[in-house]
Amino acid sequence: MDVVVCTKYVPTDATLGPDHLVVRSGVDGTLDPGDEYGLELALQLTERHGGEVTVVSMGPDEANQAIQRALAMGAQRGIHVVDPALRGADALATARVLAAAIGRTTFDLVIAGVESTDGYTGTVPVTIAELLDVASITAIRTLEPDGDGARIERMTEGGFDVYDCPLPAVVTVTAGAVEPRYPSLKGIMQAKQKPVDRPTLGELGITDVVAGQRVTSVTDAPAKGGGEIVQGDEAIGRIADLLSDAKVI
Amino acid sequence: MAGALVFAEVTPEGPHPVASELLAHARGAGLPVSAVALGPGATAAAAALGAHGAATVFASDDLVFAEHPGRPAAHVLAGLVGEHAPDIVLFAQTYDSRDVAGRLQARTGSSLMANATAIADARHARAEIFGGTQVVEVELDGPSPTIVLLRPKSIAPDATGGSADVVALDVDVPDDVRGARVVERHEEAASGPRLEDAKVVVAGGRGLGGPDAFALLDELAESIDGAAVGASRAAVDAGWVPYSYQIGQTGKTVKPEVYLAAGISGALQHAVGMKGARRIVAINKDADAPILAIADLGVVGDLFQILPALTEEIRRRRGS
Repeated sequence: MDVVVCTKYVPTDATLGPDHLVVRSGVDGTLDPGDEYGLELALQLTERHGGEVTVVSMGPDEANQAIQRALAMGAQRGIHVVDPALRGADALATARVLAAAIGRTTFDLVIAGVESTDGYTGTVPVTIAELLDVASITAIRTLEPDGDGARIERMTEGGFDVYDCPLPAVVTVTAGAVEPRYPSLKGIMQAKQKPVDRPTLGELGITDVVAGQRVTSVTDAPAKGGGEIVQGDEAIGRIADLLSDAKVI
Repeated sequence: MAGALVFAEVTPEGPHPVASELLAHARGAGLPVSAVALGPGATAAAAALGAHGAATVFASDDLVFAEHPGRPAAHVLAGLVGEHAPDIVLFAQTYDSRDVAGRLQARTGSSLMANATAIADARHARAEIFGGTQVVEVELDGPSPTIVLLRPKSIAPDATGGSADVVALDVDVPDDVRGARVVERHEEAASGPRLEDAKVVVAGGRGLGGPDAFALLDELAESIDGAAVGASRAAVDAGWVPYSYQIGQTGKTVKPEVYLAAGISGALQHAVGMKGARRIVAINKDADAPILAIADLGVVGDLFQILPALTEEIRRRRGS
């Protein structure tokens, strides 16, 4: 089972620059913690059933750090799409680039996080699935190969659903579904020898990148002032008083 | 059909509560509004959607939408968009709606904005970013319709008392766009009010230290009529309580009369889902916990002593 894992390099402290875009270059960042669960599931699946894990990331030069961490955890190779034209790319442009990069590989499964921890958009994986013309299931917690497809558990508001899913497919993995491993020293050393492909936008067949939206103004949200802080025995009565004032007890 | 098309999630029990909020958003922006409802319960839901402002409801009760979530709905929606040319398609920021919106975007090439809290018209929306610390106004370009996902509880529903024309959709979803199929459903037996509807929410986080301590919150919730128990992402990720408990950016948005957070540090991720509560009480042993900065009443102390004592005090005051 060959698996492609979508990874995102996210700033540790996200801020908007003067151009109203998230500052992604020249700031501390990391492999999106939400992506580590999908990566761990991919590693476990290939360890049990054979196949290779490819990590793909779109982002500035710094995004190579996210790819290197994924390689150190055990992925076999990386694809890094980096081009200044991608600065400010929206969800659709991102999905088109990633779908084109994934489409150049052979894959049975594409795994992503449920949503990024900087933008929380959460639609890019299913947009990739539509562009690749394959099935998708979001917010999964387990996946087991089953015949030609896979048996998958998806989290729902009130419990979970079990799916029969044809392959290839795109899935997103919830936090907590698996316990991501730490890269070993050996893994970190080996990562440096692993191949990272850097296709150009032209090689991916992407002719233009349109930012479909722009931020026209940014304001600080009204700060909610903190109230009173109490300690000790007084606390119980004060909370009960507040509940009485709110007419809920 | 100029105006807004609202994607309304439905079940045999009725439309998802957020559907009437989407209709209110569209009407508030002065847009003529239609709705589309797909799956068992769709036709029956048209009355409620009409009563909240939908002039037309496109409906199909076909089982394919329940058995194959997401992909067939996007397929049918893309057809409707092609036929009726709305200016904007509105979705709820829920997992199920998001899956339809993402696929629709690939078909239409539209601009998509997620996590919006308001729309001014079909091309202008507002969102709170970075955990609600900043507000951005966004202009959407690109081909019509725009696609906007609105956060639940970002507007109050507004009953108009109207009724909708129901247009029955003749659905034919080819096998190759059906995708994954649901073979089992597991619902946890829910007791008490839904988290989103509860007047009081008592929520626990990492500070509870393990699943057993949630019993303290259960007992507290039982002592208050109309209270429900929730959790932070940390507690859910640790497997202490099911995902259905989760409050925050990922998870549910709640706006109760009183929100009581126990052992929750108050990361931005969590604050997004609860800062709209009328009154916030936070119990934390760490005086520097960010949650204390947004609490109306902050208690620095040991939740393992405070929670049982509070339950006892509430019972005493209520004479039970």
